[in-house]
Amino acid sequence: MTTATALDTLGRLESEAIHIFREVAGEFDRPVILFSGGKDSTLLLHLAVKAFWPAPVPFPLLHVDTGHNFDEVIEFRDQVVARHGLRLEVAKVQDYIDDGRLAERPDGTRNPLQTVPLLDAITGHKFDAVFGGGRRDEERARAKERIFSLRNSFGQWEPRRQRPELWNLYNGRHRPGEHVRVFPLSNWTELDVWHYIAREGIELPSIYYAHRREVYLRDGMWLAEGPWGGPREGEEKLEKTIRYRTVGDGSCTGAVESDAADIEAVIAEVAASRLTERGATRADDRLSEAAMEDRKREGYF
Amino acid sequence: MSDLLRLATAGSVDDGKSTLVGRLLYDTKSVLADTLDAVHRASADRGLTTPDLSLLVDGLRSEREQGITIDVAYRYFATPKRSFVLADTPGHVQYTRNTVTGASTAQLGVLLVDARKGVIEQTRRHAAVLALLGVPRLVLAVNKIDLVDFDEVTFARIAKEFTAHATALGYAEDAVVEIPVSALAGDNVVERSARTPWYDGPTLLEHLESVPVEPDAHDAPFRFPVQYVIRPRTAEHPDYRGYAGQVAAGTVRVGDEIAVLPAGLRSTVTGIDTADGPLPEAAAGHSVTLLLAHDLDISRGDLIATAGQPPRVTDEFDATVCWLSEKPLTPGARVLVKHGTRTVQAIVTELRTRFDEQKLGSTDAPDSLSLNEIGQVSVRTAEPIPVDDYTKDRRTGAFLVIDAADGSTLAAGLVGAPLPEVDGVDSCTEGGDAALPDNHALVSPGP
Repeated sequence: MTTATALDTLGRLESEAIHIFREVAGEFDRPVILFSGGKDSTLLLHLAVKAFWPAPVPFPLLHVDTGHNFDEVIEFRDQVVARHGLRLEVAKVQDYIDDGRLAERPDGTRNPLQTVPLLDAITGHKFDAVFGGGRRDEERARAKERIFSLRNSFGQWEPRRQRPELWNLYNGRHRPGEHVRVFPLSNWTELDVWHYIAREGIELPSIYYAHRREVYLRDGMWLAEGPWGGPREGEEKLEKTIRYRTVGDGSCTGAVESDAADIEAVIAEVAASRLTERGATRADDRLSEAAMEDRKREGYF
Repeated sequence: MSDLLRLATAGSVDDGKSTLVGRLLYDTKSVLADTLDAVHRASADRGLTTPDLSLLVDGLRSEREQGITIDVAYRYFATPKRSFVLADTPGHVQYTRNTVTGASTAQLGVLLVDARKGVIEQTRRHAAVLALLGVPRLVLAVNKIDLVDFDEVTFARIAKEFTAHATALGYAEDAVVEIPVSALAGDNVVERSARTPWYDGPTLLEHLESVPVEPDAHDAPFRFPVQYVIRPRTAEHPDYRGYAGQVAAGTVRVGDEIAVLPAGLRSTVTGIDTADGPLPEAAAGHSVTLLLAHDLDISRGDLIATAGQPPRVTDEFDATVCWLSEKPLTPGARVLVKHGTRTVQAIVTELRTRFDEQKLGSTDAPDSLSLNEIGQVSVRTAEPIPVDDYTKDRRTGAFLVIDAADGSTLAAGLVGAPLPEVDGVDSCTEGGDAALPDNHALVSPGP
């Protein structure tokens, strides 16, 4: 068929994500969207807005704040939330460290510390469906993830007990205390995300594009100065033209040297890159061969 | 030509499926340097001298420990000609349910056999499952062809046997292709092999890039399960009432007459909305919001269909189920049926036949269906639902069987789908076996 109704790849991915959002709205009592202001969660929110237009998005947002944020991202987060008139809940790792429920790790990264505040927020607000921006192309363990992923009352992922997922009939049944993690972007690749951001003209935090910044080299990654500490002794500060490929906890999210100052340049760079998104700039995935799986078993996204 | 192909792999354990998928990813340069470094490191840690490509895909700890695939994984790769979504499914018998998972959305199935063993029972079973689930095309990758010295005669024998099996399952000959490959060495996966000069067909990748993809069913009767009613009640849209959903089959145009089922109400489509503006028409796969001429009582679970060719509305139907749970199915079981966006209480009133995996025929009324078994059943639902036959419409003919107590998915259901019958097996001649349902494989005569 040659009419405008034949969907291209981005159209199919968009349509599938919208279908998933509406299924959750139809079947769950208290869904929430995890939102950090990064590109995947911004894309997620954009799709949610489309799914319920012209009505408002019927879910609140939740940010698990490690305290190690880039200012530009927090500013962007608050602008987007205000623009869509949404409610944002923030669960702060810093609160847990301050009152002794969590201890700072020797390596200074707070990314793994997000799990406890996340699970507490889910339990406290009685959220029964939690949307995340995870994609199966990110990592081997993620590739095994269902679109509807049941978590037990400890928030744990049990890979051997996953439900089969058939056609586009999603089974969201769960018992009290259990919840379902929902991944509408499961079938997107990093390049699909960027192509879609370009097609839709979606605004992102400025640090995704090339800019000058003082950085220092640690474990082969360019880190910026921030509340996460550094540079340490022997780590030299240099001004470089860099951009961020992922935006997470500042202590373990590295920048890449790049001149890609606009979206076309970013797409060209991602298409030509020989490094994966997480491998290039995420220290937390380098901890072991199965680092992601282990964290997901604990309740991490 | 479509720019996307969804495929599922299937095959017996240890026939090299993960290696084949790893090889496809590796040779299409879909594996990036850091991932490859990790595989090199992990292979070296295991004392291997060449990288073990299966480590690219076997992502779970226990998979890597045991060297087997436990769960379905989805892989994405692209060439300049096409994008691919690959459901990499395990071959172990106890995980056959994952073959069903992968096959439910696939447009093509890639079956692997070991060239030394040829077509085995598991191959025949997997092909039957793919046929049952309506996967339109099959590829048989005859793997480890290097271990039979690239022997043309061996390949030809396996190819002939498989073609015969697939055509018996209902496949047209041009829907089935056999390719001699070595996943380990890379012969005929992406690169053409000089060691099989007698083979003039495509490499696996060439075939995947060029095989026709069945288009979405744009010409089928229109089907639209209502997911959610959009009622903004805002100053801008005080009276807006739209029915949100994804077109499951067919095409809808503004002005079309529709029926709302199961109630049987009629109306006319006055608008097709999206966040990007209104559309004159929408076809299968498209998520849209329908506006209707009349204020009807429509909610999640209803099905909007073309008024001229509605589905049948019934509270009793026959179906094939692939049983996916450790809890066996017995007649009289009370379950939930999720069909489209509606979930209803149901009773499996009768187990009519069981698919005999040894003979690829069906046998008479079993006492129960257990994990991985496939059978025909009769279902009675607490309220009427609008169903199509699975063979006519993969979306509105499909349903889930769910355990009402713990919410687990018990089975994949296919309305009306007859079980594959191969080699002229006639289930009617085996009525005497019904008293001994568990001994079928033992008492039945050999082929």
